[in-house]
Amino acid sequence: MLAWGDAGWGDEMARGALVTLAVAICSFAISLIIGTGTAAAKLSGFLPARLAADAYIVLMRGIPDLLIIYLLFFGGSMALMSVASVFGHTGYLELPIFATGAIAIGIASGAYTGEVIRGAFEAVPKGQIEAARACGMSGFLLFRRIQAPLALRYALPGLGNAWQVTLKETALISVIGLVEIMRQAAIASGSTQQPFTFYFVAAIAYLGLTLLSNRGFAAAEAYATRGVRRA
Amino acid sequence: MLDFALMAEAFPAILAGTGTTLKLVAGALLCGFFLAVPTALAADSRSRILRGTAAGYVLFFRGTPLLVQIFLIYYGLGQFEAVRASIFWPILREPWWCALLALSLNTGAYTGEIVRGGLQSVPAGQIEAARAAGMSGLLLYRRIIAPIALRQALPAYSNEVVSMIKATALASTITIMEITGIARTFISQTFKPIEIFLVAGAIYLVLNFFAAQLLRALERHLSPHRRPI
Amino acid sequence: MSRKLVFAALAGLFVAAAALPADAQQRTLRIGTEGAYAPWNATDTAGKLVGFEIDLGNEICKRQNIQCEWVAQAFDGIIPALVARRFDAIMAGMSITERRLETIDFSQPYAGTPSIFAVLKTSPLAAAIGPAADRVPMGEDTPARKAALDKLSAALRGKTVGVQRATIQEGFLNDFMKGVVTTRLYDTNENLLLDINAGRVDAGFASYSYWLPATEKEAGRNIAIVGNGFSGGGFGRGVGVGVRKGDAATKKIFDDGLAELKKDGTVKALALKWFKFDATVD
Repeated sequence: MLAWGDAGWGDEMARGALVTLAVAICSFAISLIIGTGTAAAKLSGFLPARLAADAYIVLMRGIPDLLIIYLLFFGGSMALMSVASVFGHTGYLELPIFATGAIAIGIASGAYTGEVIRGAFEAVPKGQIEAARACGMSGFLLFRRIQAPLALRYALPGLGNAWQVTLKETALISVIGLVEIMRQAAIASGSTQQPFTFYFVAAIAYLGLTLLSNRGFAAAEAYATRGVRRA
Repeated sequence: MLDFALMAEAFPAILAGTGTTLKLVAGALLCGFFLAVPTALAADSRSRILRGTAAGYVLFFRGTPLLVQIFLIYYGLGQFEAVRASIFWPILREPWWCALLALSLNTGAYTGEIVRGGLQSVPAGQIEAARAAGMSGLLLYRRIIAPIALRQALPAYSNEVVSMIKATALASTITIMEITGIARTFISQTFKPIEIFLVAGAIYLVLNFFAAQLLRALERHLSPHRRPI
Repeated sequence: MSRKLVFAALAGLFVAAAALPADAQQRTLRIGTEGAYAPWNATDTAGKLVGFEIDLGNEICKRQNIQCEWVAQAFDGIIPALVARRFDAIMAGMSITERRLETIDFSQPYAGTPSIFAVLKTSPLAAAIGPAADRVPMGEDTPARKAALDKLSAALRGKTVGVQRATIQEGFLNDFMKGVVTTRLYDTNENLLLDINAGRVDAGFASYSYWLPATEKEAGRNIAIVGNGFSGGGFGRGVGVGVRKGDAATKKIFDDGLAELKKDGTVKALALKWFKFDATVD
């Protein structure tokens, strides 16, 4: 049943796992971009930006991701076209399924990522910044040399969590027809009427991806905290 | 653009699903908590078997998507003749109990980690002081460890409650008519997904808002020392 | 390279990749189907869509000389997805009903079979409802219709019946069996079949064309098709190609294609190949 090739579902499931990984990476990239923007808005002195970021976080924390995916799937084109018409583009635009899913998960998890990044920037000790200022650094140099590397170190554990959450959330994209591992498992179990086998394989695939990325993040953390004295 | 009349019509019908949603949430949180405490204790116990079991449970339910867990329990287990002949079948036969089981096992794993974090945050000095005062065993847990751990764990637990409310939307995939299930049925009759999902989303938003406020009030109540004077 | 630049480049790339103008794709006609409703449309072990409608749709596209592409979509969102322009036509065993005609247009019908109940062979319902029997037209309130509905209600009272969400069969249960049976809504008929086998529902209600091939497979060997078939009325006028309201061009492609394929016997040949009986309608 899990045979490779056209007679079994093995190669389809493997391909599904790869699509899951790809869509998870894209979702996480979008989530990082949105999260950085949200964190910047919340840390800025500009009140409307702070309020907008707060509203975004409340919305994303309150609405199930499943609904966000459905809303973007059915309403994404409409939204895209109304944005495009502001820039003078008329005509029909659409988002492919892969992009729809990645954006939906990215938007949904961006609120969480944003809070992680904000927390990391706030955790940078004031003394470090003062010391850098005393050395004559300011503006972008200060950000690049002092704030960003330190914040990254503090953010890594949280970002690792965010990545795990994102990876699992991508299972929801199956409902709009992206053939990732969950959708593939549903197709195969419907066709063979052997649901346990395929959902179990899917579960193992997620577990494998989670464990593998845990190691990656652990290595990244070890790298980022090199030179930190441990008690 | 949006069909507001339809939204007004759909609102009471979808709102009627709130009861089912809340029952699922309450049931899952309750069962999950009873799973979480032994899990947390087992994870820190001296027995390797207990530690391994707890770690395996937490790893599986935190490392895989809830949707997979729901399908594995509902469609997966129902596939086996042995399961259908077992004494568990009257429970596993019902979509409602399967959803509750999956949600409970899921939140149990997350809550287990939260409880463990709470227990670990109890300062050793406090326990030593209690021991010096003659407390031990259950009394020590009841008077010192549990209250401090609860206070420490509450913010993380609030997040878990909110994500459980959102997670119940997945129960609609195994025929349960909670908020999302009713919304999807409404869509299949009206073909207007955006309007209906906006209504459902608003209901979830309000539910989560109240849940968060309630938990924040509890947090304030449990932390009198942090209140401004 | 500065962080901002990287973000800008990423964002630009993404928007460019995501928002392909549809003009570039307009020559390809996209057909939405479910892929979980054998033998109408299903997914084979190579992950490819196969079935009566896939063959029929491809043949129409070939004869009409247009590029076609299949898109798999869950059935309960298939009309909203058509309206949201995720594809241009629906071929998913979807019957032409008044309810659906309020939102979309249909081509002429190409096939149609009555809807009928299925139960476990070992279930007491198998005897209570009786073996598969004549088709009852639901269009008018005739004594025959009343007798069939009464018999059904008596047998099914208090039972749990599963149907696929958003189907004509769901409509039937809402219109005629409300308060008599507990309805459970499934995403696919395949999941419904799983739950009939598991004994979670007492009966399933779907098209005869779905049950018959299913009972001939391993997964359906314990299933019996029972009672009267139902057609007409809310069940519609047979299965047609769904198109967006007012999309006369796409409708014409399928109307012309179907007329030609019906005339030369292709539709019938495909029906015999996939259903093992003539499921065509005029």
